[in-house]
Amino acid sequence: MIDHASKVHLDRKHLLRLLREMLRIRRFEERCVELYSGGKIRGFLHLYIGEEANAVGAMQAIGPKDAVVTTYREHGHALARGISARALMAEMFGKMEGTSRGRGGSMHVFDAATRFYGGNAIVAGGMPLAVGIALAAKMRGERNITACFFGDGAVAEGAFHESLNLASLWKLPVLFICENNRYAMGTAIERAQAQIDLTKHAESYAIRAEAVDGMDVVAVEVATHRAADLVRETGEPYFLENRTYRFRAHSMYDPELYRSKAEVEEWKKRDPITLLEAWMRDSNLLHPEDMPKLEAEVAAEIDDAVAFAEAGQWEPVADLCKDVMTVRKVGVLEAAK
Amino acid sequence: MTTTTYRDAVRVAHREALQRDPRVFLMGEDVGRYGGSYACTKGLIEEFGPERIRDTPLSEVAFVGAGIGAALAGMRPIVEIMTVNFSMLALDQIVNNAATIRHMSGGQFSIPLVIRMATGAGRQVAAQHSHSLESWYAHVPGIRVVAPATLADARGMLWTALEDPDPVVIFEHAMLYSLEGDLPEGSGSVDIDRAAVLRPGRDVTLIAYSENLHKALAAAELLAQDRIEAEVIDLRTLRPLDDATIMTSVRKTRRAVVVDEGWRSGSLAAEIAARIMEQAFYDLDAPVGRVCSEEVPIPYPKHLEDAAIPQPHKIVATVKNLFGSHG
Amino acid sequence: MVEFRMPSLGADMEAGTFVEWLKKPGDRVSRGEIIAVVETQKGAIEIEVFQSGTLETLIAKPGQKLPVGAPMAIIRGDGEAAAAFAPPPAPAVKALETRPPPAKAPVAPALATPSAGIHTSPAARRRAAELGIDLQKLVGTGPDGAVTSADVERAAAAPSAAAAMRQAIGAAMARSKREIPHYYLAHSIDLDPCLRWLASENEKRSVAERILYGALLLKAVALALHDYPEFNGYYVDGAFRPSAQIHLGVAVALPKGGLVAPAIHDADRLPLPQLMVALRDLVNRARRGGLRSSELADSTITVTSLGEQGAESLFPVIYPPQVAIFGFGMVLDRPWVVDGTVVPRHVISASLAGDHRVSDGHRGGRFLTAVAQMLQKPEAL
Repeated sequence: MIDHASKVHLDRKHLLRLLREMLRIRRFEERCVELYSGGKIRGFLHLYIGEEANAVGAMQAIGPKDAVVTTYREHGHALARGISARALMAEMFGKMEGTSRGRGGSMHVFDAATRFYGGNAIVAGGMPLAVGIALAAKMRGERNITACFFGDGAVAEGAFHESLNLASLWKLPVLFICENNRYAMGTAIERAQAQIDLTKHAESYAIRAEAVDGMDVVAVEVATHRAADLVRETGEPYFLENRTYRFRAHSMYDPELYRSKAEVEEWKKRDPITLLEAWMRDSNLLHPEDMPKLEAEVAAEIDDAVAFAEAGQWEPVADLCKDVMTVRKVGVLEAAK
Repeated sequence: MTTTTYRDAVRVAHREALQRDPRVFLMGEDVGRYGGSYACTKGLIEEFGPERIRDTPLSEVAFVGAGIGAALAGMRPIVEIMTVNFSMLALDQIVNNAATIRHMSGGQFSIPLVIRMATGAGRQVAAQHSHSLESWYAHVPGIRVVAPATLADARGMLWTALEDPDPVVIFEHAMLYSLEGDLPEGSGSVDIDRAAVLRPGRDVTLIAYSENLHKALAAAELLAQDRIEAEVIDLRTLRPLDDATIMTSVRKTRRAVVVDEGWRSGSLAAEIAARIMEQAFYDLDAPVGRVCSEEVPIPYPKHLEDAAIPQPHKIVATVKNLFGSHG
Repeated sequence: MVEFRMPSLGADMEAGTFVEWLKKPGDRVSRGEIIAVVETQKGAIEIEVFQSGTLETLIAKPGQKLPVGAPMAIIRGDGEAAAAFAPPPAPAVKALETRPPPAKAPVAPALATPSAGIHTSPAARRRAAELGIDLQKLVGTGPDGAVTSADVERAAAAPSAAAAMRQAIGAAMARSKREIPHYYLAHSIDLDPCLRWLASENEKRSVAERILYGALLLKAVALALHDYPEFNGYYVDGAFRPSAQIHLGVAVALPKGGLVAPAIHDADRLPLPQLMVALRDLVNRARRGGLRSSELADSTITVTSLGEQGAESLFPVIYPPQVAIFGFGMVLDRPWVVDGTVVPRHVISASLAGDHRVSDGHRGGRFLTAVAQMLQKPEAL
């Protein structure tokens, strides 16, 4: 049996990396708030603030050949996966230099190079895609896994149940990662699920499942390594319920009438970045100059990304109907219709 | 030349595709052990095995979405949705994923997926099993929609659809599966871009697809007895529509009737009539006629079902109206 | 100094109602801190500030509805000097920066080329049938030149050619009588010398080439004008502009009614046979409707004749902007005194109407008699 905990080298270098990755996401999201308020980012904006440990911890165990499917709250996953802050910010601005040439916006980040299959805005809509991608891997004899991120809200959708059942029935290498932040938009999980222990849902489909502290990046990393290895070895699905919390509203325009400020403050005490910082300090792995240095680097990267996005180009309106269908000459009919 | 049936043509097309390309596989409800709900895939699981002929649970969302995912990841899946009536369960996956991912990703991803579904009314299976919702699919940018009405097309459209880098939805009218006819030896893949003039004529253009193509041809025979020569067009592709073939015919005959089993309101026939108005307005001697299903969920008793859907005599009557009063 | 503005909180938010300040002027604020509350359609939302500094001036007041981007306060950044009290700036019209450039409409899908030939809308065809209008003669103003109902209605309302002409003549004659002070002179002329000369001349000619006496009349007028230039030209803008050339307008009656007076250019220089040819041609074309605009516009004086029909003499009306018009009545047998004896002669009455602004009766009379004298020597014409 592989000791997965020992796979995770908790040395200073690695921990600093985890800290940096989380801080990077945090500051990126905070800058998005400002840009959205100023009208630079439009439409819907769903922030990952408070949940950084999930994406950062998980991505340590997901390899470049693996596939990632996630939701509309995907900026953290995108950054942790290695998509550049520049391309991500340009996409949020709607510019051609964005990941989807500006066509998708905040909710539809796609990146072929990192096998990042969205950015899906329909709750649970990406889950069948993940099942299919895993099916393809199995049929082609590839040993990669498909990490499928979704929230507690998705558990209510039929697509969740059909997908888990099919993945289990056909023994497909899907790593289901439920980021349970306790709220589906404005509906607390207690008001949506008769069974709020989500691992039990997975087990009802004969899928092994475990609950993870989603505010602890090391716990997430260890659990994801273990789960990913199992999926790789057995080719069968696994289910992680990451228990986490979002510190901000569901989306930008949400007065949060559905939860108390006290509850938010209570969870903020377990801010994943503060938790890691404190732990590292206690373990003498964090030096006084580290945080200022990280903050400065992260700020510079984000400033650069914003400047890049500002300077980006608008796609010409003449190209409006591009990339709907493949362009090809067919007999008397030309081009895409 | 061999005499065969539409369903056999569909089966042969599957066999050939599965043989030609190892990336091709089929999944859907009862496509394997049952042999296909319309017997279109009988014998395939025995020949190609359960990995490539996959029976799915009754989970339209999951298996259609999985088809999209598998296509994204490099396979060439054929997803059979038993009928268009059940496809509504998977409409989100088709409209929000299959049709949009190419665009939303800025052209990074392609979804070479083929979805087949049975469609249409005529077997007294009542309201929930008799829909013709081709117009809903033909409405959506990002997918192709075809309707093979002949044996040659049933045989030949599948491979072309599989080669297409974009999603293709193939509608097979349930009443066509038992259609008998001749197929030339070695007939193979056909194009999926053009409509076809199956019967030349000079007095009126009948535009139809699927089972209604045959009703239109029957109507043409009846009209010929009254010395009205109808030109009959098989649309073959519902999205994109082959405007050029339609307009060339209408300019010649100056009259058009569209036959469409969808309900009249918001039908594909309405779209075609609008295009004829836009592109051939000054060539018309009469308004475009439409023969569609009546505004009623398809009823169970035969006489009511027959009255609800297009029939050759309705086509004949509609055509005659375009010629003003007769003595 | 930085303006703290009403943020955009959602795709469909256009304005918010300011509820309260959570800080007061002079308070320190730090980036990310909640400093105000705004009411929106979804409820009260706490607003954070993105700059650190000191809250200097409050602009937004409780209950005030402000559009997205409107300034709500001024914040002095750390390190800046305190500003003198500045009156609150006027609410910004639109604070949102660079919008995408105005989008051109996407190109409309190319429609199949319409068939060739004249397009007529069904409505137009029906109306034309109702009104009995020939569609072939219509000019269409619809898309791609298609004929529309409006085109058909317009054609139906257009007056007939004859009515239009009557209107034009009426307008010209009314103007003439209104503006030109006419004076009239008349003179009887013995036409026998002309007619005798013509008879012998015409014996040498074929029927087609025969010269009519009308040509002699025209030539005589044209030649006489050399000495009387005040009858040849235009009165324009309050002044007479004599014409160096003599373009005789010849009044021609039209078969369906109406009159035109096209010009024979340089009539004084044309040899008689050529003048005759020109006259014949002009009359034919006038009756056929084949005149050129230059012919209609260029006359410097008009000659009108009642010819075979009509009266002894006429009192013609000058065509503005011309300044004279010569009229010839019927040729009549009249007693004439030659050497004290009364003999029958072919007599024609010639009248001259002149524009009194330009000429007077004294000169007019001499012009008339000059013409008469020229007609006594037809061989010199």
